Amino acid sequence: MRAALLMTAPAALGLLLFVGLPLILAAGMSLTNLRLGSPLPVEWVGLEQYRRLAGDPGFRRALLNNVYFAAVVVPVQTALALGAALVLNTRFRGRALARTAFFLPVVFPMSMVAVAWELLYAPGPDGPLNAFLHSVTLGAWQARDFLRDPLLAMPSLMALSVWQGMGLQMVVLLAGLQTIPEALYESARLDGAGAWARFRYVTLPQLRNPLVFVVVITGILAFRLFDQVQILTRGGPVNATTTVMYEAVTATFRRQQVGLASAMSVIFFAGVLGLTAFGRRFFHQRPEVA
Amino acid sequence: MSLDHPLARRLLRVGALIAITASALVWILPVAFILAASLKPDAAVLAEAGGLKAFWPSPPTLENYGDVFDRVAFGRIFLNSMIVNAGIVLGGLLVNSLAGYALARLRFRGRAVTIALMLALLIVPLEAIAVPLFYEITFLGGRDSYWAQIVPFVANAFSIYLFYSFFLGLPKELEEAARVDGAGPFRTFFQVVAPNARPAFASVAIITFLLSWGLYLWPLMITSTVDVRPLPLGVAEFRTLPPLQWGDVMAFAVMMIAPAVVLFLALQRWFVAGVATAGVKR
Repeated sequence: MRAALLMTAPAALGLLLFVGLPLILAAGMSLTNLRLGSPLPVEWVGLEQYRRLAGDPGFRRALLNNVYFAAVVVPVQTALALGAALVLNTRFRGRALARTAFFLPVVFPMSMVAVAWELLYAPGPDGPLNAFLHSVTLGAWQARDFLRDPLLAMPSLMALSVWQGMGLQMVVLLAGLQTIPEALYESARLDGAGAWARFRYVTLPQLRNPLVFVVVITGILAFRLFDQVQILTRGGPVNATTTVMYEAVTATFRRQQVGLASAMSVIFFAGVLGLTAFGRRFFHQRPEVA
Repeated sequence: MSLDHPLARRLLRVGALIAITASALVWILPVAFILAASLKPDAAVLAEAGGLKAFWPSPPTLENYGDVFDRVAFGRIFLNSMIVNAGIVLGGLLVNSLAGYALARLRFRGRAVTIALMLALLIVPLEAIAVPLFYEITFLGGRDSYWAQIVPFVANAFSIYLFYSFFLGLPKELEEAARVDGAGPFRTFFQVVAPNARPAFASVAIITFLLSWGLYLWPLMITSTVDVRPLPLGVAEFRTLPPLQWGDVMAFAVMMIAPAVVLFLALQRWFVAGVATAGVKR
């Protein structure tokens, strides 16, 4: 009894102090006009910060950008990961090599990926990606400034994010594919199911939980979008790549508006909760452990 | 023609193999480019970007690697990352394995509440609490310190969950033998359970290492000097240090990912096992 408490205390204390308490603080501070280093007394302002955010075009754009990012990256990344996992689940020469190629960027920190892709995206005909597209299209490609073009900036961030993250979803789906009993395919074959029917009625339903997990995790990642933005575009050009997290950090550090930033954090967390609840609904329930 | 026609199946197979080869190339080319650029004179990086020479330094030079050490305190920044990661990984292994074990095996008051707490906090991303956590750590006087980068990340709901599910699946006989010999829960854990839980420790270690090796937002908020700043901030700052020399920046990038790549290649199996527990078995 005493031993059990001693064993759980450090972890429970850590979680309460550094995850639970900040969550409560965020909710509380979002109802105040708290500013860093301000001589003015802190006051309760009710839902004023939320009202301000609702009327702030910058924040509305940030939310929209997160949704745009998620709407593209989640399906694209999941489809690529599923395709790669399906092929990698069969035997062929070079399979291990291909798996490593897809997975390698997952171990790269996002900041390093952003800096490296800034070089790849370098503007002008000398820029590596511009030069590459120029030779692949036999000269049809006109050099673009990927990160400073209002229409291209967000898709450019999406591309490097998919490149960095796809391998992880692939590993999850591959692990899921490997748990599907061969017997299910055998009996489907005996019932006369073709390749498409086996995919549709055996693989997909059996892969349901890993798929839901991948979609939810990628969705949450899309809402966390920050490192790439801070390093590559600073939210620009003209708010084209600003995100909720980028706005929250700017509000805290450039304008010292902790109350306002807390309200953004709460909205962000509500989004994460919504995504998770969505995932739970589609998660196939199995008997509870413990 | 149906998908099951032999010809259709052959075509599908060949198409899939071509697609996977092409995508694997697309995935590996940026890595080859970064590596080659780090081994080239700075002027050659962009000048040779258009052709196959982009992926082949000739002749290769280590000059950029030397430049990194001359231009910034790379050794110090690397050491900072090592210290912070060692703290998070080792502290996390101890704290979270003990908690996971107690929750899986011991009966005590508050167990159900603690499990609920773990499951509830599993989904809270750092980003959601970064601003109030920054306020809290500032209040505790942790600005620009190592501990502010370590302590908040030691207790981790996901790690506890991984240990917890691993210990649930471990046969109880071992522990019962130890208990009959009069060993308390702590001795049982350290002498009998932990040595049999190497896969769980390896999974948590590699996942925690990779996640904390890349932390960017938090150190950006809480640190301000090179004395404690880690590599992810270092590379972003080095990029903005004039004059811009891409060869040097890529050398910095290669050196900062080297430990992560080596560790990952060594512990790949356990990484996959840990990720599979989270995404498949639940």
